[in-house]
Amino acid sequence: MSRRWQWLVLAGGLSFLWLPIVVLMVYSFNESRLVTVWAGFSTRWYGELFRDRQLIEAAWLSLRVAVLSASSALVLGTMAAVALTRYGPFRGRAVFGALLTAPLVMPEIITGLSLLLLFVALSPFVARGMLTLWIAHTTFATAYVTVVVATRLAEFDRTLEEAALDLGATPFRTFRDVTLPVIAPALLSAWLLAFTLSIDDLVISSFVTGPGASTLPIVIFSSVRLGVSPKVNALATLLVLAIVLGAVASWLAMRRASTRYRAVVVAGPK
Amino acid sequence: MSTGSTAAWLRRVVLGVPYLWLAVFFLLPFLIVLKISLAEAIIAMPPYSAVVEWAGDRLRFTATLENFAFLLSDRLYGIAYLNSLRVAAVATFCALVIGYPMAYAIARAPAELRSVLLMLVVVPSWTSFLIRVYAWIGLLAGNGHINNLLTGLGLVAEPLQLLRTDFAVYVGIVYTYLPFMVLPLYTSIARLDWSLAEAALDLGATPWQCFRRVILPLTRGGILAGCLLVFIPATGEFVIPELLGGADTLMIGKVLWQEFFNNRDWPIASAVAIVLLTLLLVPIALFYRYQMPGSSSAAAGLLGAAAGGEARR
Repeated sequence: MSRRWQWLVLAGGLSFLWLPIVVLMVYSFNESRLVTVWAGFSTRWYGELFRDRQLIEAAWLSLRVAVLSASSALVLGTMAAVALTRYGPFRGRAVFGALLTAPLVMPEIITGLSLLLLFVALSPFVARGMLTLWIAHTTFATAYVTVVVATRLAEFDRTLEEAALDLGATPFRTFRDVTLPVIAPALLSAWLLAFTLSIDDLVISSFVTGPGASTLPIVIFSSVRLGVSPKVNALATLLVLAIVLGAVASWLAMRRASTRYRAVVVAGPK
Repeated sequence: MSTGSTAAWLRRVVLGVPYLWLAVFFLLPFLIVLKISLAEAIIAMPPYSAVVEWAGDRLRFTATLENFAFLLSDRLYGIAYLNSLRVAAVATFCALVIGYPMAYAIARAPAELRSVLLMLVVVPSWTSFLIRVYAWIGLLAGNGHINNLLTGLGLVAEPLQLLRTDFAVYVGIVYTYLPFMVLPLYTSIARLDWSLAEAALDLGATPWQCFRRVILPLTRGGILAGCLLVFIPATGEFVIPELLGGADTLMIGKVLWQEFFNNRDWPIASAVAIVLLTLLLVPIALFYRYQMPGSSSAAAGLLGAAAGGEARR
């Protein structure tokens, strides 16, 4: 492909990815109730958004579930990644690896159904609602965290850890003082990824949630089923802005850390 | 306690906790789905009969294959399965045709631009899935932006029926899954040994021959990974056919949802899930078989590249 074609293709593909989002955001400032006809600039839908109690409550629930499950998935996923990259062959490793990757490819509808049936079987002990949302989100987010952290651990210079161990540090101390600082940026992006996956999930949440515990996507979905509404556009705009800012911040943190890592470890200390 | 036994204990915890979690909350649920697919629907809570029962002195098994027989006897299910596979296959092919040149162009872009371009591809996939599908309702509707543009330009007299068609479902799938196609492709193209391509060109191959006979085979891993990452979830997709498809867009994810939520027939819904999983067994096995080593699976390529923001060679 010639240079010009390459740029053309790229521009086309990127506009395909971004134009629908941009149009959606622009029309959230539309005065008219009709989402697709421009009738002047207005922020009234944002006002209505903040007066919608149901949406606010759903957003608050989603936020709590996302923070909780991203944090627990971070712990579980980091443990799994350490086991996969540092423990060499162990019995059941293949099953473990398969279990860890399965949620990445499994159709959500199957994961959702199967988790709900488990919770129903456990129903005397498990009340459906925030608890089951937390368990379900932690389970699928763990898979993503493992992949991100394992990738970082795999390219990590192991001689540093070995040196610490040789010098008498315990495995825990080695992890805390040597490994953790180096993989910290990966942990941050893994947490953010788990958070966005959790706050975005509709299908699995719809299955596992109980009465009264509607997450933001569940509320949006039931409103979108009835048609477009400028309030949803306003909400979408806020969500997209938050995610873009978060993504850029974590990307910058990652880049800075990887430059620093290279400067110190690859080039050697000054 | 000596440090040796502490280390062994720590190791057991680090491995055991996530293992146990996944066994209980991922593996066990599938066994329950399998069990319930063999049960009968009854009017009770939960609405299915017991498959394994303690009958006073012994365990009694009352499994039935009736749910599966029902799936075979009612043509609706067969059509829905075939339709899902067809829609997923066509959408995967479209995503490949759009995604390959994009990935190629990013891999050939100046190094300092590459990570920015990758971010531009990945970030939409981090924004809400539901919102991205919703965005297309506004674009495709009868009074939507695309129809307004077309009638405004005088290209069509009447607004086209775009929303609630199979076309809308294709657009929705390609749009939402495109980043999952581009990233593994990018990873494999960026790793390519370009001297092989140069050798082919030096030896008189046309650019097209060079692409077909050298570059394409060398990036097969990325193509396979990208296609599977789109095809597998697209086959079970529910949200896209529900919001963008028509009433006659029959996809198995939608059927499963309706069996479960509208008809409250849990055994049939479970049987639908088991058959769907069986159909996807080959693609899923392929996905495991061809996970690229090193920065490993396509998913790792995807997330690693996204998180690291640059190609690792």
